[in-house]
Amino acid sequence: MIVYLVRRFGQSLLAIAAMAVLVFLGVYAIGNPVDILISPEATQADIIATTERLGLDKPLYEQFGIFIWNALHGDLGNSFVYGRPALDIILERLPATMELALVALVISVGFGVPLGVWAGLRPTSLAGRTIMGGSILGFSLPNFWQGMLLILVFAVLLGWLPAGGRGETTEFLGLEVSFLTLDGLSHLILPAINLALFKMSLIIRLARANTREVALQDYVKFARAKGLSTRRVVLVHILKNIMIPVVTIIGLELGSMVAFAIVTETVFAWPGMGKLLIDSINLLDRPLIVAYLMLTVLIIVMINLLVDVLYSMLDPRIRLSEMKG
Amino acid sequence: MTDQSVASELELVGNPATVRIDSPITRVAKEFVEDRIAIAGLILIVAIAFVAIAAPWIAPQDPYDLAQLSILDGGLPPGAESMTGQTYWLGTDQQGRDMLSGIMYGLRISLLVAAVSLGLAITIGVVVGVAAAYFGGKLDSFIMRIVDLQLSFPAILIALILLALLGRGVDKVILALVIVQWAYYARTVRSSAIVERRKDYIDAARCLALSHRRIMFRHLLPNCVPPLIVVATVQIAQAIALEATLSFLGVGVPITEPSLGLLIANGYDYLLSGRYWVSLFPGIALVLTIVAINVVGDRLRDVLNPRLST
Amino acid sequence: MRERTLPILAGLMATVAMPALAQDLSIGLKSEATSMDPSFHQLSTNTQVLLNVFEALTKQDALQMVEPSLATEWEAVDDTTWRFTLRDGVTFHDGTPFTAHDVIYTYCRVPLVENSPSSFTIYTGVIADMQAEDDHTLIITTKAAHPLLPTEIAQLPIVSAETLGAEDTITFGPDGTCEGMGDVPQSPAFSSPDVAVGTGPYKLDSYTRGTELVLTRNEEYWGGTPNWAEVTMRPITSDGPRVAALLSGDVDMIESPPIQDIDRITGEGFKVVDALSNRIIYLAMDQEGEAPSISGTDGENPLLDARVREAISLAINRDAIAERIMGGYAQPAGELLPPPMFGSNDRPVDPYDPERAQELLAEAGYPDGFEITLGTPNDRYINDAQVAQAVAQMLAQVGITVNVDASTASQFFSRRNAQEFPLYMAGWGASSGEMSSPLKSLVATYDAEAGMGVTNAGRYSNPEMDEILTQAMSTIDDEERDTLLQQAESIVLDEFGIIPLHYEQTVWAMTPELDYEPRVDQYTIAREVVPSEGEN
Repeated sequence: MIVYLVRRFGQSLLAIAAMAVLVFLGVYAIGNPVDILISPEATQADIIATTERLGLDKPLYEQFGIFIWNALHGDLGNSFVYGRPALDIILERLPATMELALVALVISVGFGVPLGVWAGLRPTSLAGRTIMGGSILGFSLPNFWQGMLLILVFAVLLGWLPAGGRGETTEFLGLEVSFLTLDGLSHLILPAINLALFKMSLIIRLARANTREVALQDYVKFARAKGLSTRRVVLVHILKNIMIPVVTIIGLELGSMVAFAIVTETVFAWPGMGKLLIDSINLLDRPLIVAYLMLTVLIIVMINLLVDVLYSMLDPRIRLSEMKG
Repeated sequence: MTDQSVASELELVGNPATVRIDSPITRVAKEFVEDRIAIAGLILIVAIAFVAIAAPWIAPQDPYDLAQLSILDGGLPPGAESMTGQTYWLGTDQQGRDMLSGIMYGLRISLLVAAVSLGLAITIGVVVGVAAAYFGGKLDSFIMRIVDLQLSFPAILIALILLALLGRGVDKVILALVIVQWAYYARTVRSSAIVERRKDYIDAARCLALSHRRIMFRHLLPNCVPPLIVVATVQIAQAIALEATLSFLGVGVPITEPSLGLLIANGYDYLLSGRYWVSLFPGIALVLTIVAINVVGDRLRDVLNPRLST
Repeated sequence: MRERTLPILAGLMATVAMPALAQDLSIGLKSEATSMDPSFHQLSTNTQVLLNVFEALTKQDALQMVEPSLATEWEAVDDTTWRFTLRDGVTFHDGTPFTAHDVIYTYCRVPLVENSPSSFTIYTGVIADMQAEDDHTLIITTKAAHPLLPTEIAQLPIVSAETLGAEDTITFGPDGTCEGMGDVPQSPAFSSPDVAVGTGPYKLDSYTRGTELVLTRNEEYWGGTPNWAEVTMRPITSDGPRVAALLSGDVDMIESPPIQDIDRITGEGFKVVDALSNRIIYLAMDQEGEAPSISGTDGENPLLDARVREAISLAINRDAIAERIMGGYAQPAGELLPPPMFGSNDRPVDPYDPERAQELLAEAGYPDGFEITLGTPNDRYINDAQVAQAVAQMLAQVGITVNVDASTASQFFSRRNAQEFPLYMAGWGASSGEMSSPLKSLVATYDAEAGMGVTNAGRYSNPEMDEILTQAMSTIDDEERDTLLQQAESIVLDEFGIIPLHYEQTVWAMTPELDYEPRVDQYTIAREVVPSEGEN
């Protein structure tokens, strides 16, 4: 198992490196960051000086060599715009994004699993059909449009919740978080719902399908025949058995939530790292773009590995050494 | 009509052998039509596809021809009349673009992007997936390693970065969608093909010294079609949504030829101002399209997965 | 529970102490400062925030007229020598006194700031020498006659030499060769209130990137007690949420509400102020020879013909753009800087005359028009891509088929500088507030070394204009310079070397309890926000 994990991790690192290289070269090809950063009144001498300061005067292969060398030493370079280490800037924004993603995850599992199980137990009932219909809708509404509608309804028309920003934050375990104050929570709720809806629909569908499948299995039929209460059947037999796919999907989707936060953060002006990525792309801030990608992909890889480990613990039939990566 | 379209769709990728024993298709079609909502979805898809294809002939205006637009007609509410007496049933946007025509043409772009990328991605996915399953061994593990890696990265992230690097353009969006989608098909096809490969008839075919290509595509592939259809319906809906999202983030299609997503994104600026129609109607069109495809896909999944039919 | 009671208590106490006056101000800004170091990044986003904490020798008022700030008066001793008298009795936030020493340190530090994306050296580069005659008299010598010195140094806020660790004597040397600078702190250090020490009316209190910047009142301020006990500035980069934040009471004031939302804002009882800005939106045309992306002309560049350029100008209905696309928050432009700003001509706006435009095209040999690409950014100026499409519509109506090529600013500027567009739309804000700024950058003959025509990607060139402009730029006498600049501008506009479209209007929205004198330079400066008169 350890061999498997190490190999898998090694492959992922290789992929991250390959991607960093491609993006590094790709951003170089888009345009010259000096064109957009420098004051339009600057003279040629200023432009040359700035180009040198940012290290953009060197030939591409040399810039690339410097980048690789520094990256191997844990330095992903200084942001062109902020003049500070790119990694620091992203890490400052990381808590906001992780908080958003985690709260969204809690919402999607907290509502998704019960609704899915219900719909799976009574697939033909009105409630079951409504839940499924709702999940198709949640699945179909593009994330950004849904966010716009949430703002329109809850912030503009009803005026119940703020339309954007993060609100008051408090220190919690050394991190700035929003969910501990009323103001922070009110800012958090719309973006979190926005980010959660799609995944919630996914989990509803998954839970429903698995519930239906499990409900037909002999041991469930047997448990019912034994006269166990429906509640016990659901809690013990069904929930336990649908947890494996649900845990898998949660793991995989947490990574994609971090990525999808880009959209939510743009719509709700949430000061996370996704918003930072969009801004950096617009300013051709290459060190920030590359650092964002490397960090995000690393997070996703770690989550995937964690899921693999959990998977093997939940289901002893699966042994990791047998899984081909 | 509906039976035929499903049947012909299967026939396209299918194999004469399967069609001759036509009971599976008939079964699928029969079961499919048992669900009224699914039929409604299918009819809606056909209608939307018709509007998209016929847009140049049925739209009141060519929204891409700037000479036909006038900003003096800009921002009119639904039902208003233009200076030339034309009625804008869904209002106009800032440029004086008739929203109804804009939506028709926007659908065209959105569906074109989704359909072309779907076709390309399936082709690549099928070839790669069948080859992996058929040849097995090192090729298989190599291909699947790439597929797994690719699938572990969120599609939106890959597509966003790609387009940020490539710039705007319909062709570029299609390329990005193909790149993020082919792996789904490759994995789906491989997993069904690998089950099939172990069966005796493939060995028999090999004994007959049929060419690899013949075995792969005439014998292995047809058995992978049902799961492929299910994945494809999910993916095409996702492709449409993804294109819209990318356009919203500012890296999609060119602004002079807006897709539905870009129309919605333009409307985002007018959300608070009361000009709801600029964003709302394209949004409804987009959601209807995606819901219809998902409803049909759901039904197909239920029908094609006999274990679940109760 | 505790979380909630505390602010309520604090609120109660504030109400008891100051019955009628609101003490705190919160502002929603459309972008965030990239650093708290006033010498790091020459960017309006940074300047407008930092001018609350730091002050320069001079300042520009709402109409960009130069006023005394830390310098009380100045005079040109000769063409290249200036004497500045500094304000007495001013101290920095940490109590260190303000003297000529600090000014020399600040200007010397500019070239030593590392990683600056856009350095202030474009202002300090002209300085040949600086001498402190005494603590409050400063002599600045420039390399050549430089009439704009007092205007430009308004962009250079003064930091405390003592706080930043300078030695007791600093010897000026040009271009980063000063001596006695000590260990110069770099920009990231300024995130700390102990380092970001200025003389301004507000002190830096805390700076949470991406979320907010909090300033507190400087009770010792030399210019009297500032209006607000605490100022919070929040970057809300998306337009919709920024407006919503104002409407829901999260902030008291926002800058640049999208113009389509203004009706809603005023409808809910908020106050909106606006002013013409110094930003001109213009069309530039390739006038260098063979131009790319033009078809239907047998390979010729029709833009070389002044009649074609005139036709383009006459084909554009500027009033319609200002009304329809800009919602009335723009003014059709006839020149490069709105009158009565320095060097403007009061020149009438070109009329909308499509018939005459078609005649001109026919005279020039293009009765059927031609096809051309119009480059434009889509996230830089107010409704930029919309304006470009409207221009394309109007040109289409006189027979010129226009393909709008819109890209994000980052790509647009690189492509424009590479001369990829035969026709492009862009904007120019004159930071100095006078005509030399647009003339020098947009239409002077391209000479990168000399810093002339650096943004002149259409490569318009007229030696006569260049000569008058060069002369104007070294004329210290204001009246004479004004006349020369007017002449130079007339030469360009008479031959349609560049086509002005409109001046942007900048808008601020706020609660009715506030007042703000709208600024030509589009800055949102918290210290200038006042409680509205007649209330309280």
